[in-house]
Amino acid sequence: MFEAPAVLCDDSLEDPVAPARVSGGAGSCRESDRVTGEAYSETTVWMLAVRDQRDKVAFGRLFDHFAPRLKGVICRSGLPPAQAEDIVQDVMLTVWRKAHMFDPGRAQVSAWIYQIARNRQIDILRKEKRPVPEELKPVEDTEEDASQVVALEQETQALRAALKTLKPAQREMVERAYLGELTHAEIKAETGLPLGTIKSRIRLGLEKLRHELKGTERT
Amino acid sequence: MTGITHHIPDELLIAYAAGNLPKAFSLVVAAHVSMCDECRARLGAHEALGGALLDDMPATDVSSDLKGRLFDALDDPISVEQRYDRAGIFPAPVMEALGGLPPKWSPLGLGVRQMILDHDRSGSVRLLYIPGGQGVPDHGHNGLELTLVLQGAFRDETGRFGVGDLEIADGDLEHEPIAEVGPACICLAATDASLRFRSLVPRLLQPLFRI
Repeated sequence: MFEAPAVLCDDSLEDPVAPARVSGGAGSCRESDRVTGEAYSETTVWMLAVRDQRDKVAFGRLFDHFAPRLKGVICRSGLPPAQAEDIVQDVMLTVWRKAHMFDPGRAQVSAWIYQIARNRQIDILRKEKRPVPEELKPVEDTEEDASQVVALEQETQALRAALKTLKPAQREMVERAYLGELTHAEIKAETGLPLGTIKSRIRLGLEKLRHELKGTERT
Repeated sequence: MTGITHHIPDELLIAYAAGNLPKAFSLVVAAHVSMCDECRARLGAHEALGGALLDDMPATDVSSDLKGRLFDALDDPISVEQRYDRAGIFPAPVMEALGGLPPKWSPLGLGVRQMILDHDRSGSVRLLYIPGGQGVPDHGHNGLELTLVLQGAFRDETGRFGVGDLEIADGDLEHEPIAEVGPACICLAATDASLRFRSLVPRLLQPLFRI
């Protein structure tokens, strides 16, 4: 297996500013990704390098991007910073260990890490294991369909754009709902939650996902 | 799974995605999503939104040694997690709650059986076995009840529920589910409060059966 250079926190490494180009190093990808690899977001390129090459440089970049954001989210629930950091560490360790399960055709890196963070936070804080849906087994051909990955990235961009159009009060409500600060009854009762506005985006994402699900079978 | 007509409403999917559902309800949601591609896709879309919010969060400084501590742990040996697969009518999360074993039923009378999978202050979740043609005693709820059909079908005042369908009953619904004639109806049912039975005897039995 390709061993990444053991440079963990080397600030001299140039962080790509534009979407990462697929040209070896932290950004190297599988054959199938190369066709449209340039359209992949940098976090996707890093995550694929972690998954396929166990690339620690790329993992360091994922950490630099997500750890401070995860800490912000976890601190919102009122946890003291030290305990929040323990959870951040646990989440990122899970990302490293479960990288083989990352499928960019079904989930963006941010969505995948969001879901891991919710699971780990519950497992650790409530000391119970959150029930999760059974995993879908990919069909024999596990190579990503690059156009599917790009389509999902574009869909997510559209979702972000829709989020940006929300009024501050609506945005606050969405954050509270998705970051676990509202119960289901409160979400149902909350008229300020612009579900209608974001539902059309979610529906489009749904079509993409459903298309993707047709190519998978249950274990 | 085709033919599912009763799905998970958005508020429950969001609360599940956000990690804000009691464990009993989370199990029912996870089991339904295991059987229903449509709800799996909708959950994926909600998680995409959660991910977008995470990505947009302002960065909070982390301790300077956090990254080093994390990298020190990357090559630690890991214990292999016990994995459970779907078995027969039971999707993987239900098999996990069963510890990989077939259900151990307790009789509730009139051929109805149950097995409590989990029970705490936030709610309880159980498997129910109702012989074909048999009813579950008339009951209402103090809170919310989610019932997912795993085998057979039942009908009540609100409609017909077949395999994969999820019934949502809130505190207002007094209902009397009756299993369709045919194979026994097996359901996964979660409540966040005790059921209230209308007749006296089942009420006396409630503490005993934790229903």
